[in-house]
Amino acid sequence: MFAEDALELRREQSAERNTLSVNFGGMCLRNPTILASGFLGISMDLFRRLYKLNAGAIVSKSISCSPIEGYRNPTIVSLDYSSYLNAVGLANPGADAFSEEIRENDNLPIMVSLVGSSEKEFPILVKKFDRLNIIGYEINLSCPHVAKMGIEVGDDPELVYRIVKATRLHTTKPIFVKVGVGNTDVLSVASVAKDAGADGITAINTLRAMAIDIDTGIPVLANKIGGLSGKPIKPLAIRCVYEITKKVGIPVMACGGIFDWEDAVEAMLAGASAVQLGSVLATEGLSSFHAICTGIQAYLKRKNAKNVMEIIGLAHKY
Amino acid sequence: MHTNINRLRIVKIEKIVEETPTVRTFAFKDVASSNAGAGQFLMVWIPQAEELPMSVMIWHEKFYAAVTVRKKGYGSTSLYNKRVGESLGVRGPYGNSFEIPKNARKVMLVGGGTGLVPLLRLAIHLNSTRIDTTLIIGAKTHSEVFFEKLAVKCLEDTNHQVVVTTEDGSYGIKGQTTEAMLKLIGTERFDTIYTCGPEGMMKKILDLASASLIPVQASLERYMKCGIGICASCCIGDKLVCKDGTVFDSETLSSLSEFGLEYRDKSGRKCKYL
Ligand SMILES: Cc1cc2nc3c(=O)[nH]c(=O)nc-3n(C[C@H](O)[C@H](O)[C@H](O)COP(=O)(O)O)c2cc1C
Ligand code: FES
Repeated sequence: MFAEDALELRREQSAERNTLSVNFGGMCLRNPTILASGFLGISMDLFRRLYKLNAGAIVSKSISCSPIEGYRNPTIVSLDYSSYLNAVGLANPGADAFSEEIRENDNLPIMVSLVGSSEKEFPILVKKFDRLNIIGYEINLSCPHVAKMGIEVGDDPELVYRIVKATRLHTTKPIFVKVGVGNTDVLSVASVAKDAGADGITAINTLRAMAIDIDTGIPVLANKIGGLSGKPIKPLAIRCVYEITKKVGIPVMACGGIFDWEDAVEAMLAGASAVQLGSVLATEGLSSFHAICTGIQAYLKRKNAKNVMEIIGLAHKY
Repeated sequence: MHTNINRLRIVKIEKIVEETPTVRTFAFKDVASSNAGAGQFLMVWIPQAEELPMSVMIWHEKFYAAVTVRKKGYGSTSLYNKRVGESLGVRGPYGNSFEIPKNARKVMLVGGGTGLVPLLRLAIHLNSTRIDTTLIIGAKTHSEVFFEKLAVKCLEDTNHQVVVTTEDGSYGIKGQTTEAMLKLIGTERFDTIYTCGPEGMMKKILDLASASLIPVQASLERYMKCGIGICASCCIGDKLVCKDGTVFDSETLSSLSEFGLEYRDKSGRKCKYL
């Protein structure tokens, strides 16, 4: 490559960095595309690969105090090319093994997703990770297919308050609370989380759903009931992002059915400070981060915006 | 009509072949599976029991494919116990396949146990392109040798040699596949070595072949939850066996420090191969 080309490339890259960089909830990211929890989230080698492929940040698989093996297969089924059903059962290597995995992280923007069933577990988890090089936490209060963890916790506003408060007391790093659509209104859960000291919300997790094979009449997932992700849940995610940012007034990362740059822009117009990518990685592959960034970049140019943060919540005025 | 390979397809078991006292092959009609590449796998659903990644076995009837399973754990045993007429679900085939270099004239295939499955599919391609093929089949003992006759049949139109090794010497050459391989590469020139089987064996093959500057392609096996590149249960280094593999070349294999040594268990913790 000629010297001028290299210079030009560097100029382009830094221009991209300036237009796409976002700053919210105590985090500063080079671009607003983030790996959603549960997708490839257990391996430092994979995190490096994803970062090279332009991920703005990475959320780990939800980590519990002890390792969890999860449910028997089938744990993940594809309903078509754009929607998925899973009941993995929060399988994860546990806090000890995972803190070892990311111990040598120096510059990757990693958020650790935490999961537990009582306020006692979260300070223990935070102690394992707080001294490592991570940019924050996401508390998973919305997994729809494991008893006493996830949405059963998220549906109990008092427990949500105690968990977020207990975590807040043990860390100064940003805390995001991941909410889902359960039996309790997402707005009240978000506002309880905010009152307890959360820096932001991730909305949404998968939705309780099911698939039955019509030849055998048998539910396909070993756990029978799992969580629906992908394109069909996007309108729900957009609604939640819109209402939470407008009514509760807290930074939100949009998650759920974000498949292309149009979806990402829509989520940001609804109020999201960033978007998380999950199911799209199964459909389109790991190049999605780059593709979506490029699309947002072109959109901003057409709209004469200097930075992507200018479009956050623009739909609120309507 | 274009099949969405991600959608579960229910197939009926039509034939069962008893390969050894612990290994059986199950044949079923499924066009997408019958067209699988050598090294590609299916996610096989055993209703109410498990879903397992299985390399796609060849079958002599058009539009048919098969899977070959050794009974071991709960999942493989529930598949092993299936009968003719019962249903399985399949999705896929997923993953990449073995590649035959344009200028290849003479190749070697080394496999053990059910690792022979992708090699037989490859053998059929080698047969039709008339590439000189040496296949080494390894087993612990005579009663565990299978696919020998089938392999010879797969290679009938090309110059071939099928060598069997048993660890106890009860059949064929006594010793390990790698010993037979070492002898052969010392006297003949091979353009590529293809392998599938226990990872320790494949690692040894990679090391020996690299020392002789022979490129290797290995098909890896990992525990898999999704098969479609999202759960990372199959990861080795920064690669996903289900998406980037199952076949990796020498260069990639040499860069993967976990190869032959470590895998991830169901929870995602790294474990050592015994
Ligand atoms: C296989 C799988 C595993 C998941 N694991 C987690 C998890 O551990 N923690 C969590 O907060 N969300 C988990 N999720 C939910 C995703 O993070 C995300 O909220 C959901 O898939 C919706 O986004 P999408 O439509 O882009 O996939 C998982 C989803 C899938 C499909
Ligand atoms: S099996 Fe899920 S990523 Fe490979």
